[in-house]
Amino acid sequence: MFRKLMGTAAALTLLATPSLADSIKIGFVTTLTTPAAIIGKDMKDAVDLAVESMGGKMGNLDVEIVYGDDEFNSQKGKQATERLVLSDNVDIVAGYIWSNVLLASAPVVLGADKILISANAGPSPLAGAQCHKNYFNVSWQNDQTPMALGELLNQQGVKSLYLIAPNYAAGQNMVAGVERTFKGTVVGKDMTVWPSQRDWSAELSKVKAAKPEGIFTFYPGPAGPAFIKQYQQAGLEGQVPLYSVYTLDSISLPLFQKAGMETVLGTKMTQFWAPDLDFPQNKKFVADFRAKYGRYPSFYAAQAYDSIFSIKSAVEAVGGDLKNVDGMRAAMRKADFPSVRGPFKMGNNHHPIQNFYERTVVKDADGNWTTAVGRVVLKDHQDPYASQCKMAG
Amino acid sequence: MDYVLLVEQFLNGFQLGIILFLMAAGLTLVFGIMDLVNLAHGSLFMIGAFVGGTLVIVTDSFLLGFLLMIPAMLVIGIAVELVALRTLYPRDHLDHVLATFGLILFFNEATRLTWGPEGLIVPLPAFLDGSVAIGLGITYPVYRLVIIALGLAVAFGLWVLVARTRIGMLIRAGASNRTMAGALGVNIPVLFSIVFGIGAVLAGVAGLIITPITQAAIGMGEDVLILAFVVIVIGGIGSIRGAFIAAILTGVIDTMGRSFLDVFLLLFLPENAAESAGPALSSMLIYVLMAAILFFRPQGLFPPRGAG
Repeated sequence: MFRKLMGTAAALTLLATPSLADSIKIGFVTTLTTPAAIIGKDMKDAVDLAVESMGGKMGNLDVEIVYGDDEFNSQKGKQATERLVLSDNVDIVAGYIWSNVLLASAPVVLGADKILISANAGPSPLAGAQCHKNYFNVSWQNDQTPMALGELLNQQGVKSLYLIAPNYAAGQNMVAGVERTFKGTVVGKDMTVWPSQRDWSAELSKVKAAKPEGIFTFYPGPAGPAFIKQYQQAGLEGQVPLYSVYTLDSISLPLFQKAGMETVLGTKMTQFWAPDLDFPQNKKFVADFRAKYGRYPSFYAAQAYDSIFSIKSAVEAVGGDLKNVDGMRAAMRKADFPSVRGPFKMGNNHHPIQNFYERTVVKDADGNWTTAVGRVVLKDHQDPYASQCKMAG
Repeated sequence: MDYVLLVEQFLNGFQLGIILFLMAAGLTLVFGIMDLVNLAHGSLFMIGAFVGGTLVIVTDSFLLGFLLMIPAMLVIGIAVELVALRTLYPRDHLDHVLATFGLILFFNEATRLTWGPEGLIVPLPAFLDGSVAIGLGITYPVYRLVIIALGLAVAFGLWVLVARTRIGMLIRAGASNRTMAGALGVNIPVLFSIVFGIGAVLAGVAGLIITPITQAAIGMGEDVLILAFVVIVIGGIGSIRGAFIAAILTGVIDTMGRSFLDVFLLLFLPENAAESAGPALSSMLIYVLMAAILFFRPQGLFPPRGAG
């Protein structure tokens, strides 16, 4: 019986193979339900836009995107990945907002000898000891952006800092990152329950008592606006400046604008990309995105857009022969595609070596709230885990 | 220790307790009187936030939106009771759990279809949106003081309703002995509808007043619901007084744990261990309290008279 089943399965695989030859199936895992779906929507819109701008083709292959929903939960994300890899039989898997989801899902993709591309999450294990020849990150390693922020704080002469971040893989990396470069004293640190905690009264009271010269925070998605609102209500605004990474973005800024929360204007952050970064691919991306969806793209969207172009470069390098995983890997390592952040290099651990910029929240010419890119804080920066990566093959 | 911080954290805990009380009061009434396990109570919290938030935005007045939300939640609560829950009373608790879990899914999806996945930011009038000096060198967010005052007012109103009115007498009779109350001619179906409606209004009030702080989000009621269940177990099922005291206790213990446990652990643990054990232990504290109370006093701190 078992043998018969295996035989049928093998026959079905044979039947399915010819249709794969002239198309590429990309699995894209993001958050499509729960309040965090607002991020997933931005990424999905960007992926659709990227495919559209390619005319639906990578080389001579038709592009088919199969979306998987992680439901903002690492186990659900892993199951969605398993469906993509085992039942949809996709050629490449990309996406992943959340570090904990990526960490749970990566073994599924890598175990099936398929290429995995993170379009957001950059947890430290995958950049260091657990780096893998088939894993590529086209966004950043988690520590990098807060490291740039720590440097920015040094340049601004901030001497003491209070850290508040969610207690999960990315939150821990963010805090570690800023502590790596910040030269002043960390006067307090609170790691809060993620994702359920939405009231930071206790933590903000501690900040008030500690009287630091700045607060560092990281609350991606819908938690960010709630945190900043409470920071303002607690009377910290004007007393303790707020510095954040991945908390104020093109998703939350329109919400702040609608609620008239002027307090976020002028707030500083650091990032590898900004909507007004002056590169041809970025100008096209931001203009197309605004024309099609009527809003600014977030960095999530920018990375999702880049991830699809990186796949295109790999597919074209092997002339559409998806069996040639070695060739695609070699192409991915070159990072030879038009990126919205401008040209960058892939490090030995398959994470970008790139610039990080200062960004300030401003009003644009039409009165929309967005960010303006400032100077380079870290130039050609590589993450601190790269040296721990001993890649086999 | 810095008394300013201590007082502030106490106020924070008290304010959390008020929200928990509003949730737990409805839950304990429904559970105690109707013997219905209502997991969808968290959904009523969420609906209060979204419906109330929309009313606030439409009327451009927090007070008006708040006042309009109360009849709206009463109607929604009674409608849910009539349509979905009425058939469940003769069944056992497992069926209640299944059916009301289904209601959670239904309400989450209905909210997504109506308001979209991104949730709702409810604005506050400017005079509520800052903080104010309350003496002794303490400044505290105005709006959180409003929550405390409002919650105390609702608690008082509920006490008057339950202890001083005819309907309150019926509610108490129902909580003590439903069968006997029915045998004495109390119209149980009408009583149930009223009780459920009151519970829905209380949950809605809690949902709306916390929204300017945390924002409205799909599924926002589920975490609060778990805490509310802890509260009613600690307080004694069916007891409003128990719910109030247990809610304040839970709120204060949870907040104090979050603020001081890591400092306390530093006294005898290395920094790294204290840093990671602190948040983990503080989120467990209230469950430890609940377990202890279940062990020493399984009926809760203040069970209603004659219940059993």
